[in-house]
Amino acid sequence: MTTSNLHIYILAAPLLGAFAVNLLGRLSRRWVAPLTLGVLGYATIAALVVLARVLRDGTISYTVGNWRPPFGIELVIDPLGALMLLLISAVALTATFSSLTSIERELPGREHLFFTMYLLLIAGLTGLALTGDAFNLYVLLEITSITTYGLIAMGRGRAPLASFNYIIMGSIGACFYLLGVGYLYLLTGTLNMADIARILQGLQETAALATAFAFILVGLWIKMAFFPLHSWLPTAYTQAPSGASVMIAPLMTKVTVFLMIRVIFSIFTPTYAFFHHPGVQAGIVWAAALAIVCASALALAQRDLKRMLTYIIVAEVGYMVGGVWLANTQGMTGAILHIVNDALMTLCLFLAAAAIIYRTGSLGFDSLQGLYRRMPITMAAFTVGAFSMIGIPPTAGFFSKWYLLLGGIEASQWGYVAALVFSSLVNAVLFFRIIEIAYFRTGEAGHGHGHAVVRVEEAPLMMLAPLVLAALALIAVGFGSGPLVNGVIRLAIPGGF
Amino acid sequence: MAYVHSIWPLAAVLLPLLATVPIMLSGRSPNLRESWTLLAGGGMFAIVASMLPTVLAGGGFVLTLAEVVPGVPIQLRVDALGMFFALVASFLWIFTSVYSIGYMRALEEHDQTRYFASFAVAIAATIGVAFSANLLTLYLFYEVLSLSTYPLVTHEQNAEARASGRKYLTYILGTSIGLVLPAMLIVYQLTGTLDFTHGGILAGKASPATLSLLLLLFVLGFAKAGVMPFHGWLPAAMVAPTPVSAFLHGVAVVKVGVFSILRVVFDIFGPDLLRSLDLGVALTYFVSITILFASLVALTQDNLKRRLAYSTIGQLSYMILGAGMVSAAGMTGGVLHIAMHAFGKITLFFCAGAIYVASHKKYISEMDGLGRKMPITYAAFFLGALSIIGMPPLGGFLSKWNLLVGAVQSHQMVLVAVLLGSSLLNAAYFFPIIYRGFFAPAPAGEAREGIREAPLFCLLPLSVTALCSLLLFFYPTVFLQLVQRALFP
Repeated sequence: MTTSNLHIYILAAPLLGAFAVNLLGRLSRRWVAPLTLGVLGYATIAALVVLARVLRDGTISYTVGNWRPPFGIELVIDPLGALMLLLISAVALTATFSSLTSIERELPGREHLFFTMYLLLIAGLTGLALTGDAFNLYVLLEITSITTYGLIAMGRGRAPLASFNYIIMGSIGACFYLLGVGYLYLLTGTLNMADIARILQGLQETAALATAFAFILVGLWIKMAFFPLHSWLPTAYTQAPSGASVMIAPLMTKVTVFLMIRVIFSIFTPTYAFFHHPGVQAGIVWAAALAIVCASALALAQRDLKRMLTYIIVAEVGYMVGGVWLANTQGMTGAILHIVNDALMTLCLFLAAAAIIYRTGSLGFDSLQGLYRRMPITMAAFTVGAFSMIGIPPTAGFFSKWYLLLGGIEASQWGYVAALVFSSLVNAVLFFRIIEIAYFRTGEAGHGHGHAVVRVEEAPLMMLAPLVLAALALIAVGFGSGPLVNGVIRLAIPGGF
Repeated sequence: MAYVHSIWPLAAVLLPLLATVPIMLSGRSPNLRESWTLLAGGGMFAIVASMLPTVLAGGGFVLTLAEVVPGVPIQLRVDALGMFFALVASFLWIFTSVYSIGYMRALEEHDQTRYFASFAVAIAATIGVAFSANLLTLYLFYEVLSLSTYPLVTHEQNAEARASGRKYLTYILGTSIGLVLPAMLIVYQLTGTLDFTHGGILAGKASPATLSLLLLLFVLGFAKAGVMPFHGWLPAAMVAPTPVSAFLHGVAVVKVGVFSILRVVFDIFGPDLLRSLDLGVALTYFVSITILFASLVALTQDNLKRRLAYSTIGQLSYMILGAGMVSAAGMTGGVLHIAMHAFGKITLFFCAGAIYVASHKKYISEMDGLGRKMPITYAAFFLGALSIIGMPPLGGFLSKWNLLVGAVQSHQMVLVAVLLGSSLLNAAYFFPIIYRGFFAPAPAGEAREGIREAPLFCLLPLSVTALCSLLLFFYPTVFLQLVQRALFP
């Protein structure tokens, strides 16, 4: 194994790991944990090395099997892709610790099946960050979607129904994307992104190109649950086993937002996407503002912590879509930084939710009473995640919101700015409602001077450690957002933009 | 002004912040726990005081923590204005800690560990605000202060505390996210910096309409300053234990609000810009409403702490009024009032708490004749009240005198009338309390044999702060010098 092709092994490791987990896991369940963690640990370290290399040497292009592009499959690792690679593997690794514990209880005897799909999903996500081919992107998108359907369907109660609902919407989204790619293939005769971009330069006036762009965009919007195409997400993520949602919720929507950026930059060019059709860019920013406001309002109506979080995810998708479509450097910086930050805060909050449900068995608001006493460390980490969602410095969420707002002000998109501020305020209400319930005691003992000793019942260390890590990461990324933006994200945005 | 790189500003912020760890770990041993609090308080004051000579000599300290946004690092800087505020806050925290021990133990309050830990975070954030070098850093500490005081406001954990906590956060967090954050971003968009610069950074960068809007966003957005109509959280927050009301809602939190507005007025807008656009005059008229209205409402309050809260709302706007006058005397008076009011108001709250500890009375109408049982407490209350009213020989006279001179100098007779009228109202809501305490007959049929002065831990701090109010009239030199350095370097 030479280190120069490290990036391909980041993709191969979870793929092979999935088979190994399935085969060896049948023999003994004890294989599942070390294999999964080993594979993802390796992927994380390798992703770190690859990111450092890309930042030093520039974009890496790799042809699988040495078939020259545009005929062969090309993997392209640019700074943005490398950042996503690290984000995916690090978040997945952190989530897995918690996942292993909760799946042991939720799906006893089926751990090997669960983690087979789990690793396949991560392999798919990794592939999405790497691929330089429009059709492969479709294939990988379907790999991630199908494994996600499976993982969600393993949940209890109405999970199969939620998963079915997701399959319908997800398949429509995939069809739209595929149709768009079909148009592009008809126009250019190639599927390699760089090749398509090169050929498209002279074809910008054609209606077919606009159609292709619209289909691809809407397809991706369905997959990322951009309001009002979000209806599948809340139920699917709420019903999923907590071991699945801790990894799916932080990563899926964020990777799809990344794909939107990838498609805009690598296939259509920003000039075409943002400025060729007058009114479209501003219209999408307004749609994003509407998405943020509506999803935030819907979140207010929820009485279950996990369900509330899923609506916040939908609102955050609006943040990022709006940020990208502001069509200026600040907005794009904010969107990319928010991909990182939102993945981390969603991870933190879902890990906390998983820890709470492990101990209390429910996430209904009523069952959260007195949690600050019962699970002080979990709730402390939850509070950090909540502050980040609200956007309180120095947590990470503040800084991406900063760039997004700045981009909105620069573009004079006051509707979007107002929507962001509104959503921050709604988030404050949402989370302080939870904090208040968890901080105050149950109704009858509410006079405050009681000295009833509440036993501390923290979640197991395997769930607590990743949670604390995620909370600390939020603060660290907040303080480090300057270097992160200057060192990585600025490189990821093409020059002149 | 030459700034020296130094670790000391950070040390002053970190010391109380780190003290939360041993405080929480020694929850089982109250004496040890309170030793940590006092140690952190003493240490922090020593650090702040050790930087004083350099600042008085025209120097300062600076420390960059992280470069988070291009051109706007998280940076601590000790200049004269920050030193002025930090000196007051860190000095008074020591006495508040002593008082807290007496008060919380006398009432056998629950969850004292959480109380002392939250308090330590709050003072760290307060000093952080004082030492912030730019608006972003200030905003960071401002929010930390808002959040760390939530457990203190809701300490009782009953339905009333829950409602007050909601109101508190709605006002404080709502305005800072909804108004200050956009305003800050617009300033950054216009100027590319948020650094506090003497003389301001906004001159010539935006239209008068934009600037007026920005000023309005900042003055209302820093709702901790209690400018009407965003003052409602302060009376609600009186549900907190009295040391919290005394220090946080008499000194730290509310003055962080005023300090933030002063920073924006002096170092983001700049007095010259305010003067040239007549925004200063607009500001003075705007806060005059708060001054008069709050004093009138205070007259109607029977709950002693609520009366003090409305008094605070009125007095806070004095400070903004002074800044808005943009004359030398006016600005001096405004800044000086931060210190004078702090010493006076904390004394009054300490007394209210001492009365509650001794007699469990909250309402002024029940306090007839109590002064004869608690002469020291009532004497201290008298001194504190005189200082707030602005009578010589107490510190409050100096700041109010400067404000009056400023109003006369800028030929604003309306403001002179506001200042005098408000002082009369101050007297009108304070003197009845003292009169009833000393001279009114005790209500018949009430057993009062058990009532005597509060414990020494309560009595000592309130006596010291009352005497400080007196001494500040005779020895205001340090504070005056700092104000001079801050305003006219």
